[in-house]
Amino acid sequence: MVKWTDFERATIKDIFSKIDSGVVGSAALSRCLTVYPWTQRYFGKFGNLFNAAAIASNPKVKAHGKVIMGALEMAAKNLDDIKNAYTQLSILHSEKLQVDPDNFKLLADCVTIVVAGQLGKAFTPEVHAAFEKFLAVVVASLRKQYY
Amino acid sequence: MTIMLSKKEKALIKEIWERLTPVAENIGSEALHRMFASYPGTKTYFSHLDISPGSSHLYSHGKKIVLAIAEGAKDISQLTVALAPLQTLHAYQLRIDPTNFKLLSHCMLVTLACYLGEEFTPVAHAAMDKFLSAFAAVLAEKYR
Repeated sequence: MVKWTDFERATIKDIFSKIDSGVVGSAALSRCLTVYPWTQRYFGKFGNLFNAAAIASNPKVKAHGKVIMGALEMAAKNLDDIKNAYTQLSILHSEKLQVDPDNFKLLADCVTIVVAGQLGKAFTPEVHAAFEKFLAVVVASLRKQYY
Repeated sequence: MTIMLSKKEKALIKEIWERLTPVAENIGSEALHRMFASYPGTKTYFSHLDISPGSSHLYSHGKKIVLAIAEGAKDISQLTVALAPLQTLHAYQLRIDPTNFKLLSHCMLVTLACYLGEEFTPVAHAAMDKFLSAFAAVLAEKYR
């Protein structure tokens, strides 16, 4: 059971209210595919991922980014039980999609950087640390059903 | 050690660090502060300094780190030569576990994202991540 301080709860809620959710998921996925090109192995059906510009404008990347964002918002709304909230997602990623769970950290880092870019000075080290903790719990929950 | 950076990427990296050199202590101290806040285990290497937010030690140490990175960025093909003294320092005296370099690099990228906003494009991010990974790898070369 993850313990959240009042500051962490308030901060995570605040971050999600401030960020442009239509953009964050897609921008993070786009960055992940650009900065860590080997992650493209899981997106063979997405078409043109040949360079940064193609990735950024790819409609399937944008659409999938929104799916990812939805899952993050779901986690933010279920802070006290992300593990259970993510059971099906974890099974999906391990059994059907067969994604190496080390990749979750790569995407999480990209999410952090996109949020940092959007919030600028407001993304103080303390706010940043709360967000890192949140993403670490999300990543751990996604890893939970891997056997 | 081959570093896969194109000419454009090297120029971009060099330009960004040149621009940040005047605020080296701000960038450096912020990256360190982020690392200590998100990854408290990293604080164990700094028991000899006052690393509380805003302390003069944090600024001077952050400045040192950013200036070393900026110096490396001036001629990336010569990283091993430029970092030789720091390699020795880290291998024989500081002996910081190299996994920590990734943590500081990540916090450095987050700091850059906050400072540069839109300008820290995916292409710039990719180039910078590659550079910092290479920098860290060279730094750890004399460990064993």
